[in-house]
Amino acid sequence: MSATYDQYRKAKSHCMSGLAVFCAVMVVMPLVLVLFYLLKMGFSSLNWAFFTQLPNADPEGSGGGMANAIVGTLELMVIALVLGVPVGLLGGIFLSEYGGEKTNGFVRFAADVLNGVPSIVWGMVGYTLVVVPMHGYSAFAGGVALAFIMIPLVLRTTEEVLVLVPGAYREAGLALGIPRWKITVHIVLRTAFKGLVTGVLLALGRIAGETAPILFTALGNPNWNNSLKEPIAALPIQIYYYAISPFPDQNRQAWAGALVLIGIVFLLSASVRIIAGRRKKA
Amino acid sequence: MNQVISITPSTMSDRDKPAVDAVAAPTPVPTMKPMAVVPPSAPATTAGPPQIAFDIQDLSIFYGAHQAIKNVSLQITAHSVTAIIGPSGCGKSTLLRSLNRMHELTPGARHTGSIRILGDDLYGPGIDPTVVRRRVGMIFQKSNPFPTLTIAENVLVGLRLNGVRDKVFLNRRLEESLRMAALWDEVKDHLHRPGTSLSGGQQQRLCIARAIANRPEILLMDEPCSALDPIATGKVEELIHELSRDYTIVIVTHNMQQAARVSNKTAFMYMGKLVEYGETEQIFMNPKDPQTEAYVSGRFG
Repeated sequence: MSATYDQYRKAKSHCMSGLAVFCAVMVVMPLVLVLFYLLKMGFSSLNWAFFTQLPNADPEGSGGGMANAIVGTLELMVIALVLGVPVGLLGGIFLSEYGGEKTNGFVRFAADVLNGVPSIVWGMVGYTLVVVPMHGYSAFAGGVALAFIMIPLVLRTTEEVLVLVPGAYREAGLALGIPRWKITVHIVLRTAFKGLVTGVLLALGRIAGETAPILFTALGNPNWNNSLKEPIAALPIQIYYYAISPFPDQNRQAWAGALVLIGIVFLLSASVRIIAGRRKKA
Repeated sequence: MNQVISITPSTMSDRDKPAVDAVAAPTPVPTMKPMAVVPPSAPATTAGPPQIAFDIQDLSIFYGAHQAIKNVSLQITAHSVTAIIGPSGCGKSTLLRSLNRMHELTPGARHTGSIRILGDDLYGPGIDPTVVRRRVGMIFQKSNPFPTLTIAENVLVGLRLNGVRDKVFLNRRLEESLRMAALWDEVKDHLHRPGTSLSGGQQQRLCIARAIANRPEILLMDEPCSALDPIATGKVEELIHELSRDYTIVIVTHNMQQAARVSNKTAFMYMGKLVEYGETEQIFMNPKDPQTEAYVSGRFG
């Protein structure tokens, strides 16, 4: 009887580990498939011109590139970074270092709700708050919309990382007669630095591919952007327009643009891995 | 300039005196009442009563509804080692932490009664706990050097973050503090390694060096050896003995042998109350209270 039971038990164990392996493969498969398909469809259109030239003004002509959209995406990320990171970071510091139970619960809840707000809503918020008052679509409006997405993300990761800094370091600092804000800046933030950078990079990776918020704010631009007050091109918008375009060359460029966008996100994730890996060693 | 110096003039030795002028304090430091000047010599050699470092009167401390300290009155002699012993949860750590106002970090903490530190009201209006903590250093149970700082930066962090910039002064203070913590010879060749690269016992002595770099008047130690092996414990105890010539030391310990070895006076606490306080020898050899006797003879606790 025990032999049968053993067999049954082992079979059950094999069954469960098999299921776990299957699920793990299911996680990796989409990435592999998407990358493979993107490479297949887009790689042939990646050339020097794609990275250096503006889109071809003649939709039926071939050639041209997405230089303005690539730069535009990076520019939007920088604007969002400048606007969003300080708010998220300081908010996270408040939660971890200063806030009381009740306020923290409320702020955390608010941040979690904001994290769940569909990104198109942020596009509408940006439109209402910036585009309408400023009478026009602009790079700034796009950055604002993306910053709104970054703030709750950065806030929560900042708090999580800072809470991991042992309280003993804060106590040690206070016992040395160091003012609290200096302990926060010089000891707590410094100890958690790599985690903070990781959180910011992850948030940047998240907004890099956002389309809906910038569609209503940055609008897109076939030319170079010369000012924060002008509409700006961005990869997701360009991909969107080119993907639904009837012209095959633009379709091909859309694939190439998607490949570049994935490449940017991949680079961000890779730097996160490198930084996080170093943190473990230290 | 002198009256806003962030680091209180040391009672240690003459070598610090000229350096004090170099200590500028750009950060606004609330001025304290000028404090009593402690004679640099040991109290045993002076005539008259030994000076009182802490005069605790009818102190009660509450964490929310829980009363951790119950009407404790105690006078801690300057320039000597006072041990606080007692079973876990008896309030000895709370009492220690009330001496540099660290217990206030616990939400809901409040107190009644008074503590005078070298004559000044520790909880008086206008007394900034940050400034108090520069006068009263603290060593914790678990050594806690800052992991992002080097050995040298760890020692000097209290001075640097309080605005001391003078490199010559800092370098001298670094060596002095490490020598006083009996760590200099072991670390002088790798001062720029991380503080956490040291062994447990060395880390604890590094924390002692970090605390005395501020030149406090009093050192509080909260079970400083409980995480150390016997050899490292021996070194720290020896260090406590050395430091007691210049500092008032209050040490909380679970280890009664340690209390007997290092302290001049011992306070026994039980359930938040001070049961007995007296010369260490008397507490251990000839306790007056039956509870004390039961505890020191190992019958409970």
